[in-house]
Amino acid sequence: MRARLGRALVPTMALLGIAYLLVPIAYTVAFGFNTAGKTNLVWRGFTLENWRNPCGAPQVCQAFVNSLRVGVLATVLATLVGTLLAIALVRYRFRGRSAVNLLIFLPMSTPEVVIGAALLAQFLSLRVELGFWTVVAAHVMFCISFVVVTVKARVASLDPALEEAAADLYATPVATFWRVTFPLLLPGIAAAAMLAFSLSFDDFIITNFNSGSFTTFPKFVYVAATRGIPPQANVIGTFMFVLAILLVVASQVVTSARARRRRR
Amino acid sequence: MTLLAGLGGAAPSQVELPRENRSRAYRGLLAPGLVYLVVFFVVPVASLLAMSLYVPVQGGELGDFRPALHWQNYVDAVGAFWPQLVRSFWFAGLATVAGLVIGYPIAYAIAVRARAWPLVQRIMLILVVAPFFTSFILRTIAWRQILADESWVVRAMTWLQLLPPGGRLTATPFAVVCGLAYNFLPFMVLPIYASLGRLDPRLLEAGADLYAAPITCFRRVTLPLSMPGVVGGTLLVFIPAAGDYVNAALLGNNTNTAMIGQVIDQRFFRILDYPVAASLSVVLMVVILAIVAAYVRRAGTEDLL
Repeated sequence: MRARLGRALVPTMALLGIAYLLVPIAYTVAFGFNTAGKTNLVWRGFTLENWRNPCGAPQVCQAFVNSLRVGVLATVLATLVGTLLAIALVRYRFRGRSAVNLLIFLPMSTPEVVIGAALLAQFLSLRVELGFWTVVAAHVMFCISFVVVTVKARVASLDPALEEAAADLYATPVATFWRVTFPLLLPGIAAAAMLAFSLSFDDFIITNFNSGSFTTFPKFVYVAATRGIPPQANVIGTFMFVLAILLVVASQVVTSARARRRRR
Repeated sequence: MTLLAGLGGAAPSQVELPRENRSRAYRGLLAPGLVYLVVFFVVPVASLLAMSLYVPVQGGELGDFRPALHWQNYVDAVGAFWPQLVRSFWFAGLATVAGLVIGYPIAYAIAVRARAWPLVQRIMLILVVAPFFTSFILRTIAWRQILADESWVVRAMTWLQLLPPGGRLTATPFAVVCGLAYNFLPFMVLPIYASLGRLDPRLLEAGADLYAAPITCFRRVTLPLSMPGVVGGTLLVFIPAAGDYVNAALLGNNTNTAMIGQVIDQRFFRILDYPVAASLSVVLMVVILAIVAAYVRRAGTEDLL
């Protein structure tokens, strides 16, 4: 009996832990369907109105579009630059390699307030006007490290024999890269890009320090929190959540299907 | 190296790559990223250090400062805000411990108990990272609703007499730590899951064959082997939690939950006291880097990355 209780303990705690992770998401989703008054803090009744009219609240869609623009631009730049760094770090041995590793590790181990404050100090002393471009610059910076870490793992797991085979078959280096290396790296690059986008899209602290009057979606929600958040913010949050989950599930299905095909 | 080998073998004319050519290839790959990180990370941190020593311009407007080496700023900043500094590390530490207690069983259940069912593993992993896909701020606001005075949580706890009548959860240190532990929990689960996933189940069987009780097996075999994950997870929770101010601002109050991030934000934007804000940021960074360095010395950077 005691042993059985002991065996049940871990799954129970795990399920409770996962519930702890999911309850706030359920709240976020549910309150997108709430009949909101001035605030959206207590449940007043089910409605689809917010979903029919997601841009109903002033500025919520503008903030959302701003976040998308920043996210896409920051993702493209950070993924490009980070992938090159990752290839260099795994494939080449050079002097100063550990210094480069440290430079990539440092932004990840620095709290966001410090990064935000440092960039703000820089922009203030150069009298750069805060706005869209300062936000993009900041986002690219903190995304690079995460891209490098993600892509590095993929580069390290590549079988060098594949590239050697391509070379033996007289593929030019450029052809080898685009026909062999790049397709093999693509899942890692895609994962890194997804990570970069979600980091950028959800960033609040660094953005808050470097955006001036430019508003992103998280900043909009944070500022609105003092007055009451419109339910449309929950609608947009839910929409992005469903989209991300669908993407993840789709990528999982594709990978497992591919693995099955390979086994056959 | 292998890419080089591939390149070298590909075009016969390039088989004998001169050494300088080889070195240029990695320079081209490194240059954009390094330049970017120097311009937007190293130089800004240097500006922050410089700004932390500025002094106000005599007779200047609010927010006018001139370069100086006024080390007194650090004494003033820490002297005035040490309670918030200490509290930040205290709350971050509590959130890290809570994350470990809640996160370890989740990681263990996914990596070890669910090993035979890959589909269950996958679903559980997606559920663990699911919070990343909803807005951080919206989730924190949800906590405000969950812990609000009229919520079912508070009513249930009052009924169970875990809370005195009229007691509240929102705007308390408990709410802030709860929010911090929640927001960074996936960062605890994923590294522990990764290191438990590499655990060879035969080691546990061997332990059991040698008549070790399950708890002994766990303490002597599983836990030590999962230490890299625990170390990584601890850092990934502690660092952002110590600098966070969203949870303290949305779930806390003005008296006994203020964290250092809030002070830095206020000094920068409301009071325009840049030097003190900058010196507090530097102090926060130095303390955290010292903690990370101590950890890294024990665990090794490559493991953490």
